[in-house]
Amino acid sequence: MLTAEERALYQHPDDIRHLLGTAHTIAMVGLSPKSERPSNFVASYLLSEGYKVIPVNPRVDEILGQRSYPDLKSIPEKVDIVDIFRQAAACDAITDEAIEIGAKAVWQQLSIINKAAAAKASAAGLTSIVDRCIKMEHGRYNGNLHWVGMNTEIITAKKARRFF
Amino acid sequence: MSQRKKFGFETRMLHAGHIPDAVTGARAVPIYQTTSYVFDDTDKAAQLFELKQYGNIYTRINNPTTAVFEERMASLEGGTGALATSSGMAAQFIVLMTLLEPGDEIVASSHLYGGTYTQFEHTMKKLSVKVHFVDPTDIKNWEKAITPKTKALYGETIGNPKGSILDLEAIAALANDKRMPLIVDNTFASPYLCRPLEYGAHIVVHSATKFIGGHGSSIGGVIVESGEFDYSHYPTIADPTAAYHKLKFFETFGHYGFLMKARAVTLRDTGGCISPFNSFLLIQGLETLSLRMDRHVQNAQAIAEFLKEHAQVEWVNYAGLTDSPYYDLAQKYTPKGPGAVFSFGLKGKSGEVRAKGKQFIEELQLFSHLANVGDARSLVIHPASTTHQQLSDEELQKAGVGPELIRLSIGLETTEDLIWDLEQAFHAISR
Repeated sequence: MLTAEERALYQHPDDIRHLLGTAHTIAMVGLSPKSERPSNFVASYLLSEGYKVIPVNPRVDEILGQRSYPDLKSIPEKVDIVDIFRQAAACDAITDEAIEIGAKAVWQQLSIINKAAAAKASAAGLTSIVDRCIKMEHGRYNGNLHWVGMNTEIITAKKARRFF
Repeated sequence: MSQRKKFGFETRMLHAGHIPDAVTGARAVPIYQTTSYVFDDTDKAAQLFELKQYGNIYTRINNPTTAVFEERMASLEGGTGALATSSGMAAQFIVLMTLLEPGDEIVASSHLYGGTYTQFEHTMKKLSVKVHFVDPTDIKNWEKAITPKTKALYGETIGNPKGSILDLEAIAALANDKRMPLIVDNTFASPYLCRPLEYGAHIVVHSATKFIGGHGSSIGGVIVESGEFDYSHYPTIADPTAAYHKLKFFETFGHYGFLMKARAVTLRDTGGCISPFNSFLLIQGLETLSLRMDRHVQNAQAIAEFLKEHAQVEWVNYAGLTDSPYYDLAQKYTPKGPGAVFSFGLKGKSGEVRAKGKQFIEELQLFSHLANVGDARSLVIHPASTTHQQLSDEELQKAGVGPELIRLSIGLETTEDLIWDLEQAFHAISR
């Protein structure tokens, strides 16, 4: 569990909104090819929202029509967000690689918590998000979750736009 | 780091859940009176059906007007999301259908709306769910009734016949200790007078027909969930769902898991959806909720005090009166006022008082005689001559609604006019 202070550091709504509003390419480490797995849900959603999704999974060649790479260093293009679907212990090595390839952010998915890795990414100047789902956060701030009755906490009298 | 402005209750009553449309800029919430929605393309349609994308499919599952009502209720109750239903009865049924399996049990307060009692005692029994009813005023009664099969605790913020106030913190602590959710019917308080999630409850249900709407024009219900409960040991929420390609709702949707399952499976399969037009009307009600509730409780307090002093009144059950056994709990959980629905007893000899009650109702000019509460107009009912007329005086006493009991739902009329009406009816029956 994160403390309130850590939540302010690693789950800040402003950081999350800025990140999702500016990112184009998301490398998903540990993405599963199985359609019922949560990671596959997230990848499918991010693709439909217009992001470029790069699977990082050494066991398969392709997921959801996207070429899969064995590790972050093999990816031939710039990565904005490294989204981690691996167990917490794996986050240290993945974070090192993310820093090495010049990613802007390291995102540890819901229920994955590695505070040392998060602190290391922050110290290297990357945005660190911990214990949050990138799909849920996107759905909240662009209003998609509104369609299924969820509390987006968006209060505005302005006309609708892409991100709030 | 900048912090987002936290807007107040009244602001959220008017704005939460509605962003003016990008094309038309419509300021009022539009009524989307449509059954279905054209898909962008086949891939997008497939994603919607697999719950990989959020969007509109069919109004039995979701609707843009209803979504405004839902998000607004979630905001006002302080929950992670909401699900609107065709009625309050449907709301509580969908909660239990989502949570429970045959053989499960729940422990419920015995101070419940009669319709809820019947649903729990008879309809849930058909589904092999056993409900243990307990006197809610002592936490030991709750503890004693819990068995290894118990999956939830259930009560009403302001209990329907007796006006009792649920000790939310104590019962929520017990629920957390036993790793089971506390479900609270908050109909009589509305989120303006009490927000049970703030005291640790996990799920709130409403008959929105009552104070949420306020106009007495629309039947509707709503479920709000806190997002704070860990459902990983609830097979109904955590285990693979056959109807969705073995999807695990809790693992996939986290704190939205319960509500996603309630919508995509229970609401879809039971059909207890609300009409978009009713959602629109309930939204109109919400926009004035705080103003109405302040006046409801102000009038209720004045009427309760008037009755308390009246020579023809035996007793008054209103937790806003200092001699009520629930006064202290009301001060804690409903400091703005313990609602506007309460009962009082007419003085009279047994054997005669039932006829007096009947006559009292007939003499009232301003109070509407009907079976509802939470209308902007004042309402009255005498159970012994209507809903419970087939019971003997002894049976009535046993059911907690004696032949002398008259239930009032105090509306927004001029206070003096309501007192005038009661006074003239008392005068008429004393002749």
